[in-house]
Amino acid sequence: MDFAWASLALSLKVAGCATALNLVLGVAVGFALARLRFPGRDLLDSLLTLPMVMPPTVLGYYLLVLVGRQGWLGQFLHEHFGIQLIFTWQGAVLAATIVAFPLAFKPARAAFEAVDPQHEQAARVLGISEMAIFFRVTLPLAWRGILAGLLLAFARAFGEFGATLMVAGSIPGKTQTLSIAVYEAVQAGQDELANTLVLMTSVICVAVLLLAGKLAPGRIAQRT
Amino acid sequence: MRFDIPKKIFALIFLALTCQAALADELLVSAASSLSNAFKEIGQAYEGKYPKSKVAFNFAASGALVQQIAKGAPVDVFASADQETMDLAEKQGLVAAKTRHDFARNRLVLIVPVKSKLTIKNLSDLAQQGVTRVAIGNPASVPVGRYSKHALDAAKMWAGIESKMIRTQNVRQALDYVARNEVDAGFVYASDAALMPGKVQIAFVVPLVMAIKYPLAQTSNSSNPVAATRFNDFVRSNTGQAILAKFGFQQP
Repeated sequence: MDFAWASLALSLKVAGCATALNLVLGVAVGFALARLRFPGRDLLDSLLTLPMVMPPTVLGYYLLVLVGRQGWLGQFLHEHFGIQLIFTWQGAVLAATIVAFPLAFKPARAAFEAVDPQHEQAARVLGISEMAIFFRVTLPLAWRGILAGLLLAFARAFGEFGATLMVAGSIPGKTQTLSIAVYEAVQAGQDELANTLVLMTSVICVAVLLLAGKLAPGRIAQRT
Repeated sequence: MRFDIPKKIFALIFLALTCQAALADELLVSAASSLSNAFKEIGQAYEGKYPKSKVAFNFAASGALVQQIAKGAPVDVFASADQETMDLAEKQGLVAAKTRHDFARNRLVLIVPVKSKLTIKNLSDLAQQGVTRVAIGNPASVPVGRYSKHALDAAKMWAGIESKMIRTQNVRQALDYVARNEVDAGFVYASDAALMPGKVQIAFVVPLVMAIKYPLAQTSNSSNPVAATRFNDFVRSNTGQAILAKFGFQQP
């Protein structure tokens, strides 16, 4: 059981960090895509959505080649900051963040686009700074949609398997997340352990989905 | 007219099923990862000799293959990289004991990237500080990991380097990590090391008390036992053995 709890804790840590990163990145990118007009906006949106449709193995390979010891980014990070991502839990966070990113920024973009510009204009007329308008008007109006997306991103990051296995490996206690532990248990014929792990994963995923459903943007419309 | 759509779907499924039946001489062979290159070529030679036959391969760690068979995978022939995994399959009644034969031998080696500047001449050299990561098959399901663990246990080195270990899902993943210079060293078979001479080099042959012998056997629920026997014989024939030798395997 200790082993199962350690995997669970690691999965939660990785998914939590990935979701925190996606909160910042998703809101920023979602807002930029919703408000800014620039050439190649649709192309950028498509490129950023790629991790959702690309096989995790393809993504894992890209990451391995990019941040590995021989990859240019990997070498740069190692030489200048002493950071190693391959075979570390931070590497798992990187993989989970990228895989779940489309689930964070897409709903954020939609949520920002759904904000009625009249509210913002009213605030502007009242002389509030642009920064304050974002944090006091736009974000509060969009946060339900953003949060619902983030919960889905959390669930996706929590269940991430393919890219993580390729980039972070499967080191018990260090990078062996719940989904990888399930895979290893099944491969080794440890069905009892697999059952425990699968049950844990399912409970958490159902809880996250229930929460996401409660926060879905439709709820606001129903109430008013 | 509305009823037509389910009927069409039904007809399509039926057709698909009959197509399957038409290709009755199809064989599914589950083989250890280390056999992939050699078995693919053996498969081609087999299909060349028996033009009406088709052989498909499923490569993974031997331990994983047994679990697939135990869960009902429609496999006809199973080739394992160690006796232990085959013993397990035999004990569970998954393979027919009298069809079991050893067909190849291999050696366990420690490999390092070609560019490596470390001096690694024996297992205790893995304890040095410069070695931070060692790729090793997961001993729970990967035979090469089990062999490596035996060797490390015998040298009383397992506990010392456990924190450096990067566990892999099969032997080829360990080979790949060394070839990409992501790890400092890795345990693989001599036949694997021979596939990437430009990227990895053998530091030394790991001493083992047991021989690395590959057994293969027919599964108990093979849907095509005639073809399974034929493939089993073909692997042990001169042609099969010549191909195995070409990829660095030795005769059993």
